[in-house]
Amino acid sequence: MSSMATVAPKAKGGLLDPGQWVKSAPSALRKLDPRLMWRNPVMFIVEIGALFTTVLAIGDPSVFAWLITVWLWLTVLFANAAEAIAEGRGKAQADSLRKAKTDTVARKLAKQDPDITSPQVETVDVPAPELKRGDYVLVEAGQTIPGDGDVVTGIASVDESAITGESAPVIRESGGDRCAVMGGTRVLSDWVVVKITAEPGKSFLDRMIALVEGSERRKTPNEIALNILLSAMTIIFVLAVVTMQPVAVFSKDYMAAAPDSAVLDGNGVTGIVMVSLLVCLIPTTIGALLSAIGIAGMDRLVQRNVLAMSGRAVEAAGDVDTLLLDKTGTITYGNRRASSFLTVPGVSAAHLADAAQLSSLADETPEGRSIVVYAKESYGLRERDAGELAHAEWIEFTAQTRMSGVDLDEHGTVHRIRKGAAAQVIEWVRSCGGDPNPRVDDLVDQVSREGGTPLAVAEHRDGEAARVLGVIYLKDVVKEGMAERFARLRAMGIRTVMVTGDNPRTAKAIAAEAGVDDFLAEAKPEDKMALIKREQEAGRMVAMTGDGTNDAPALAAADVGVAMNTGTSAAKEAGNMVDLDSDPTKLIEIVAIGKQLLMTRGALTTFSIANDIAKYFAIIPAIFAVIYPGLDALNIMRLASPESAIVSAVVFNALVIIALVPLALKGVGYKPGSASALLRRNLLVYGLGGIVTPFIGIKLIDLLVALIPGMA
Amino acid sequence: MSATTAGIVFIAAMAVALAATYRPLGDYIYRVVTRETHYRVERGIYRVIGARAGEEQNWAGYAKSVLAFSAVSVLFLYGFLRLQAFLPLSLGFAGVDPYVSWNTAVSFVTNTNWQAYSGESTMGHLVQTTGLAVQNFVSAAVGIAVAVVLVRGFARKATDKLGNFWVDLVRITVWVLLPIATIGAIVLVAGGVVQNFTDVTQAVTATGDTQSITGGAVASQEAIKELGTNGGGFYNANSAHPFENPTSWTNFIEIYLLLMIPVALPRTFGRIVGDNRQGYAIVAVMSVLALASIAAVFGFESMANGTVPQAVTAAMEGKEVRFGVGDSSLFAAATTLTSTGAVNSFHDSFTSFGGGVLILNMMFGEVAPGGVGGGLYGMLVLAVITVFVAGLMVGRTPEYLGKKIGAREMKLASLYFLVTPALLLTGLAASFALPVNLDSMQEAGPHGLSEMLYAFTSASNNNGSAFGGFGANTPWFNTALGLCMLFGRFLPIVFVLALAGSLARQRPVPASAGTLPTHRPLFVGMVVGVTLVLIALTFLPVLALGPLAEGLR
Repeated sequence: MSSMATVAPKAKGGLLDPGQWVKSAPSALRKLDPRLMWRNPVMFIVEIGALFTTVLAIGDPSVFAWLITVWLWLTVLFANAAEAIAEGRGKAQADSLRKAKTDTVARKLAKQDPDITSPQVETVDVPAPELKRGDYVLVEAGQTIPGDGDVVTGIASVDESAITGESAPVIRESGGDRCAVMGGTRVLSDWVVVKITAEPGKSFLDRMIALVEGSERRKTPNEIALNILLSAMTIIFVLAVVTMQPVAVFSKDYMAAAPDSAVLDGNGVTGIVMVSLLVCLIPTTIGALLSAIGIAGMDRLVQRNVLAMSGRAVEAAGDVDTLLLDKTGTITYGNRRASSFLTVPGVSAAHLADAAQLSSLADETPEGRSIVVYAKESYGLRERDAGELAHAEWIEFTAQTRMSGVDLDEHGTVHRIRKGAAAQVIEWVRSCGGDPNPRVDDLVDQVSREGGTPLAVAEHRDGEAARVLGVIYLKDVVKEGMAERFARLRAMGIRTVMVTGDNPRTAKAIAAEAGVDDFLAEAKPEDKMALIKREQEAGRMVAMTGDGTNDAPALAAADVGVAMNTGTSAAKEAGNMVDLDSDPTKLIEIVAIGKQLLMTRGALTTFSIANDIAKYFAIIPAIFAVIYPGLDALNIMRLASPESAIVSAVVFNALVIIALVPLALKGVGYKPGSASALLRRNLLVYGLGGIVTPFIGIKLIDLLVALIPGMA
Repeated sequence: MSATTAGIVFIAAMAVALAATYRPLGDYIYRVVTRETHYRVERGIYRVIGARAGEEQNWAGYAKSVLAFSAVSVLFLYGFLRLQAFLPLSLGFAGVDPYVSWNTAVSFVTNTNWQAYSGESTMGHLVQTTGLAVQNFVSAAVGIAVAVVLVRGFARKATDKLGNFWVDLVRITVWVLLPIATIGAIVLVAGGVVQNFTDVTQAVTATGDTQSITGGAVASQEAIKELGTNGGGFYNANSAHPFENPTSWTNFIEIYLLLMIPVALPRTFGRIVGDNRQGYAIVAVMSVLALASIAAVFGFESMANGTVPQAVTAAMEGKEVRFGVGDSSLFAAATTLTSTGAVNSFHDSFTSFGGGVLILNMMFGEVAPGGVGGGLYGMLVLAVITVFVAGLMVGRTPEYLGKKIGAREMKLASLYFLVTPALLLTGLAASFALPVNLDSMQEAGPHGLSEMLYAFTSASNNNGSAFGGFGANTPWFNTALGLCMLFGRFLPIVFVLALAGSLARQRPVPASAGTLPTHRPLFVGMVVGVTLVLIALTFLPVLALGPLAEGLR
């Protein structure tokens, strides 16, 4: 895995320094524009209410009226500031990305023919933004790639740190799955011809800037549904408060002896108090933080170097039921490694190890290297240089012979050692007049059954019968901790399916070792596609990673398709997320972030609604105990006066927004577990906590408010 | 045995009887509404009414049928009442005045059975039997049918077909309501409820006054009045009248009849969605709310403060001595928890808190267990809202029984939930804003407020009971309450059917460990909590100025 250096310094997760609030103030004020506010119906109502109380307070000024008015405006401003802070974190990242988008000048090939053999060709200087899709440009060492495209000629090392934060350069070459380059990255050595694939202004960098700034943010499906619920609740509370008035007038009329006050007079509940009650009841807490939660969710992905093309994709990640993971590179280290030497009877282990090492010295494949390493680590055999043995004729591994080995001239007799695919080696033994021990077949079978790859080792001395010495057990090594991760996913209800080109037997063994739920063996791209379709038909949501062009259809079909940044443009175009670290296991984190996003919304909604209970206990007796003194029994917090009770409820309502901003940005704590366990925990913390907290908070604020003259 | 013990035994016996009914009746209704083949007698009925039984309807088609059927019913009943004087068996009663006719027609078609008149001095035999009683059957059948459609919405996959209204209506009427009502009527006759077609009898009372005693087909009316959670009494005194409800055990039968179908329907729900645990969860939510409410009413009535109640050990004002506090409290709670609205005691005379709980029962939207059908679909909508909030909290797009609760589902559930508070609160506020309406209140101050609050709560939730002192028979209230009943019934029905349509279109999401389980006690508790909090928050201001102000004096 790469180092996770990010473009901008990571915003600190929870702790917010006051500076952020100050910085967000101008933006919070700008957002008071009703044309922007109406998109958030809950806070729009608060703004109208604040405007209304301002008019009332000017008409009939009092400490009470102005306190309420100021705090209502603060409630709106806090909500706007929360959104501004969330956006601000993205803006910092966007700014540093913009630096990569300096005024690059492209060297467009004068003759639009990419088939060149040297960079000494005629070019025309064109400003990067004027490049069209399909243009060929030449980029040499030290120059910046002017736009997104594919390398069509040449090979170069490219510094992509401006976008990925990864400092190690990567190789980009024409053809294959490593051809995609991004605008804003720099060629370090050699030269390439790039075919531009993005329209001006629609490059990866442009999209990335738009995404982290949140300028293209659209409401996600769950956000829309939640907004509907919040709007419905707002309507109910508007009804409850407005219809209370004739009833209050009737009651006041009945108990005409009750004195008029700033809370209630012959015309019923005063305007200031009506607005206060309404603002306290409508779900302002979640209403204020809803968009901040969404922006912060995207931001959390960006901080993990994942770019989601839409909020919808992030939300879908939380719903994923099936995870398709490529075996190689994701579940296993990718290269098979020697993990034991199995001898046939009559051959010593040391002998086999020695033969295995000798025959692998000329095998430069990772498997071959791993045999040498294993022989050294487990048998203490010093790694010998190919050159240090005299009279040795080295036979290199080729895909045709599928064998490597050495012919040693030991004082005239030739000692031949071969290592390779079991079938080839047995064939070779037979051709040398030997008769392979029947045990060999057993060993080969055993290794295959266990999911390994068997390589046979054989020797043939002149004058002796050729014989098989034993079998090298090549194992696909499963990355550490994978089984635990899959167990956690299983607890979350997510099924993992390993996709591999291996035969079913090998696949099964690795699947069992890694702890995945299912596997797709001998998988071709169309099999992957069929699997996705099958899962989706059954109502499941599928996530997968991919990098190659042949992955593109499957990436597009999957509900969550994470393209590796090292992959082709086609793959990146097809997926709905790009992982800049090109780490396939990142998918697991993406799922967690998606879930966290939804959980934060649900938890704060619950908290918001639960808060209302205490607010009622503060405000209802405050309004009506004047008429019916018996209702003072509901004033269980023993608040100082009707006015201080109402001010305290409004102040609490505003402060709770500030208090919850860090939670909204960071997301609620998430430990993978069953739905029941999650619900129990969140209900306890945000449901029960939501009921209890305001009782304490309002009481404490009331103790302070009561100190203001005229409030006690 | 003390009165309190007797009351507890009565309530416990009821719980046992209902528990014993849950499975067999729920399974029976399941078979009636899911049977593939049509019986010959059914096919005969379909031919007569011109129904195409083989064709299933989509939600809009189903809704059109429900609305058309109900509109025709209202018009028919209105005409019947207006023209009573010209019809046979009228017992000499005149045609009913237009306001009362409109109110009564709407009231019976909406399964409310609010009565702005006294049955025994207004309606003849023909109107009672072919007008009102028929609506008692079919309005109940409509409720059950709509609930079944919502359940089909959960159970069906990727279809817009939700069943055929006419088939559901006929089957529920013929195979569920008719047989049980017949048995119920026979049992009630055995218990002393009258059943005849006599003329008005003039009797001389002990004090020498003359009294007109109206007889009629009371037992048959009584059985479906309870079974269909209708509540419209033959007599003005309703189930407190000895001809309707003579003894403690007929009282038991009547409460049992009004609870049996609403309690059994969750079983039908569990069967149709193929998971009986879901049915148990829903009936558990209903039971928790119902038992808490019954205990509260019983408690408040038993422990009433005041000189007279303490002298007789309980609040006996307005209660029949042959029933006592326990039986009366259970009846009152049961009738307000369902949409029945039949009464065997005078709710107006309940203690302020006891009466307050009765109002709250109706405010819940009558979901514990609610009216026939209406209780189940109301509770399922509450479950949908709960699932949404709970689902978000477990980090997934919320889903209930494999169906995703997205924007459209939330819109319909929210609209459903908005209807009753909107009708209730605007009706109440508008009535208070017009000073002339204040004359309808028997009492001044908080109790008068409670009377008016009760009226609008009862009408908007299709209950039908009233705080009896309230003078509801004015043009304003007949019209306003009629509108509350009409919209309070049919707007939610349309939203429920649309919700069913939107659910049925979906392909179900298979359950996994990440899916919120909706059959566990935690979820049951959460639905109870969400229901309590949402309703309490909506209505606390008016409750504070009515029952709470009165009780905390």
